[in-house]
Amino acid sequence: MKNRPTVGEILQAKGVSRRGFMKYCATTASILALPPSMIPRIAAAIENARRPSVIWLSFQECTGCTESLTRSASPTVEGLIFDAISLDYHHTLQAAAGDQAEAARHAAMEENDGGYLVLVDGSIPMSNPGYSTIAGISNVDMLKETVAGAAAVVAIGSCAAYGGIPGADPNPTGAVSVSDLVTDKPIVNVPGCPPIPMVMTAVLTQFLTFGALPELDKLGRPLAFYGQTIHDRCSRRPFYEQGRFAETFDDEGAKAGWCLYKLGCKGPITYNACATTKWNSGTSFPIESGHPCLGCSEPNFWDGGGFYEPLSTGKFGSGERLAGAAAAGAALGVAAAAAGRRKQSKFAEEG
Amino acid sequence: MDLLEFARGPALQAAAYILVLGTIWRFVGIVLLKEKPDYSEPRKSGGFPAALKVIYTRSFTAKPFKAATMYPKMMAYVMHIGLFAVLFLFVPHIMFFKGFLGFDWPGLPNSVIFFFGVAAIVSGVALLVRRLTNPVLRLISNFDDYFSWFVTMLPFVTGLLIPVRMGVRFETLLAIHILSVALLLIWLPFGKLGHTFLVFITRGTTGMVFERRGAKT
Repeated sequence: MKNRPTVGEILQAKGVSRRGFMKYCATTASILALPPSMIPRIAAAIENARRPSVIWLSFQECTGCTESLTRSASPTVEGLIFDAISLDYHHTLQAAAGDQAEAARHAAMEENDGGYLVLVDGSIPMSNPGYSTIAGISNVDMLKETVAGAAAVVAIGSCAAYGGIPGADPNPTGAVSVSDLVTDKPIVNVPGCPPIPMVMTAVLTQFLTFGALPELDKLGRPLAFYGQTIHDRCSRRPFYEQGRFAETFDDEGAKAGWCLYKLGCKGPITYNACATTKWNSGTSFPIESGHPCLGCSEPNFWDGGGFYEPLSTGKFGSGERLAGAAAAGAALGVAAAAAGRRKQSKFAEEG
Repeated sequence: MDLLEFARGPALQAAAYILVLGTIWRFVGIVLLKEKPDYSEPRKSGGFPAALKVIYTRSFTAKPFKAATMYPKMMAYVMHIGLFAVLFLFVPHIMFFKGFLGFDWPGLPNSVIFFFGVAAIVSGVALLVRRLTNPVLRLISNFDDYFSWFVTMLPFVTGLLIPVRMGVRFETLLAIHILSVALLLIWLPFGKLGHTFLVFITRGTTGMVFERRGAKT
């Protein structure tokens, strides 16, 4: 690890300008809610940092999280920063395969014992370890073996953070999250389906800068990115307040950019930074593109009711049960009336 | 299961079952009671038109009682209009009704709804102050009066707190709001809030009886 070039040296070699680098540091400080005085410290820390070893484990996942990261990477400075870590194991991106790949993982673990980061995407099947294996090793065994010497674990995506789609009802594989299995290491959840690339790199930047993980909310998510709801920062929010709503996906309201609440938007209960950092190099985010927020960074978003059902739709249970309650009410009413009639007759007799 | 999931799911379901059970229980129990025998000669024919007439006339203050009842009547109107607007013209509420009615209707901007909500709370507080300061009203008030006031005002307060937030998370405030509505639905059939579905029946019945006896209605 000592012979590795610093991040600053790598960025210089890649032709990243000082201005571009400082801009990245300023943006990072801003989104992490740090004062401007911290920008030089971030710059110094990143420049002088040796590339930290990162082991990326992919379990029951769709590779969307990796796609998210790689698609954003090539032209952006944060992509280069991410290049500047030593990604020693990632079975989608690495050239090595089979025993060589596993040897690389073990070598990284031994060389950087106690100091490497483990990034996990995907949930871990517990019903039968055979549901998902890598090089013949079950996901749960690989996770436990790898995190044993890690400095910290970052659960990338909603599957790793909460169980995600594999964990959705009826959860046939018994999928669990990283935090269900790892209890003795610091864990940062970076949920989303997929998470925002900037959020993933910013967590790593924080680790590079301060040697510590960011402040987290009660679900283990970095507060800097998951501290506000999508609704709070939504570009369509003024229309919500004005009572202007799109009724369908192609009506005049939708075209005019009105609020998507009636079309099932889960923005009011979803904590994420989509509305501020946006996607595709700041182009837009789902709501801006005309689709309601699905709430993908929240636990159980897959089982949380219909995607296109408005948030305030009640869940009253079955019609049969309501009919049962009505029948029981009618029976009680008849009984109460019978008692009342007896009392009426008694009063009449007493006269 | 988090608090919001509990509120939207089991709590609301239980409240809906109790509301349906209690409403039908009270309604059937009243409708099936014996009609009181009336031994006097009817002064007027009574009947349904008399019921409709009293339902209408009792919506306003009768002249002799104007001075005494104008203030509470006005406050009650403000409270009920506010209740109507907030309940039926706030778009998220309309979506709630659409969930089981299958259709919706136009709503009002949030700022207008906020105004109605605040007006309802202010008038509700004014009515409570009157109840507490008027010796006669205070004497005849019981737990039902105060608790019915409390469960009616609670959803207004919890609902208005949602946009204000005060450092509390949105979903927590929403869950508390739904739970306060569940409490209202549970209490509604059993206490004086039963007037929600009984008001026109009782008023109409009074109208028919009074007409028959020749009272001025």
